[in-house]
Amino acid sequence: MSAQAEVLQQAFTLGFTYTRTTGLVVGRFLTALRDRKIVGIKGSDGKVIVPPMEYDPVTAEALSEFVDLPDTGVVKTWAWVKHPRGKHHLDKPFAWAQIQIDGSDIPMIHMVDAGDESKMSTGMKVKVRWAEETKGFITDIACFEPA
Amino acid sequence: MSDANKEALEPITGIESPVYLDYNFTAGQATARFLTKVKEGKLVGQRCPSCRNVYIPPRGACAACGVATNEEVELPHKATVQSFTIVYIPIPGNPIKPPYVIANLVVDGANISFLHLLSECKNEDVRIGMRVEAKWKDPSEWGFAMENIQYFAPIDEPDVPAEEIGRLKDA
Repeated sequence: MSAQAEVLQQAFTLGFTYTRTTGLVVGRFLTALRDRKIVGIKGSDGKVIVPPMEYDPVTAEALSEFVDLPDTGVVKTWAWVKHPRGKHHLDKPFAWAQIQIDGSDIPMIHMVDAGDESKMSTGMKVKVRWAEETKGFITDIACFEPA
Repeated sequence: MSDANKEALEPITGIESPVYLDYNFTAGQATARFLTKVKEGKLVGQRCPSCRNVYIPPRGACAACGVATNEEVELPHKATVQSFTIVYIPIPGNPIKPPYVIANLVVDGANISFLHLLSECKNEDVRIGMRVEAKWKDPSEWGFAMENIQYFAPIDEPDVPAEEIGRLKDA
């Protein structure tokens, strides 16, 4: 018969070290972020989508009409994160939010560093806090903050 | 960074987007017991009380019969190659230089295979049914891991017919 063994534990990390090609459209969006600018793209119905999509959501035609946008927007809806986890990009409570960049029609998801949940509200104006060093990645937008 | 430098940068065409999953693995009772024995240089499986199959590494239960397996069986260090693959692609962080052979090995007296390295032979000579034996590291290096066995090496015994590999049971 087997006797009780001591409990064995081991931490390990499983890593999937993906690299991805961006394609021309997303590549242009990321290149603009590196320059601290936001670009969207105009769909067949005239709506401006950001981050830009490669293909029209209605007609599936390839899209190419880029639109320069400001780094300000409006919170459409949000969820407060009381206890950030290790993999979150902010180490203090923050909001995940659907943010509609001014001049665009489709909200994008990003973080809002408002300091406290009481400072959050649907319809509030926010602006981008750019990363200290940009590199062409979505985290070039460090987060949004109340404008 | 000056504007002149920025203009010199190439457009973004690719990104790195790794996913890291952090686990804290807790070995269950059967695995902990097995690894404790491996640390002593022993291969100890468990026999199903119902179908008599011997499992190594043991999982504490027989997947076929759905019953707990408590009876421990110490097994010899000879095994048979049930299947194998030759690895040509380097795996990041793996110090073993390709091409090398990874095999499903059935230890004598067991009815299930485990994966381990094959060495001390030409890769092209490896075959199903080939007889091999564990080459253990120096006992000073033993821990709670199958890496205590450095690899398995061929021995001069007749091949086991494919249909018999892992099928033999003690009465």
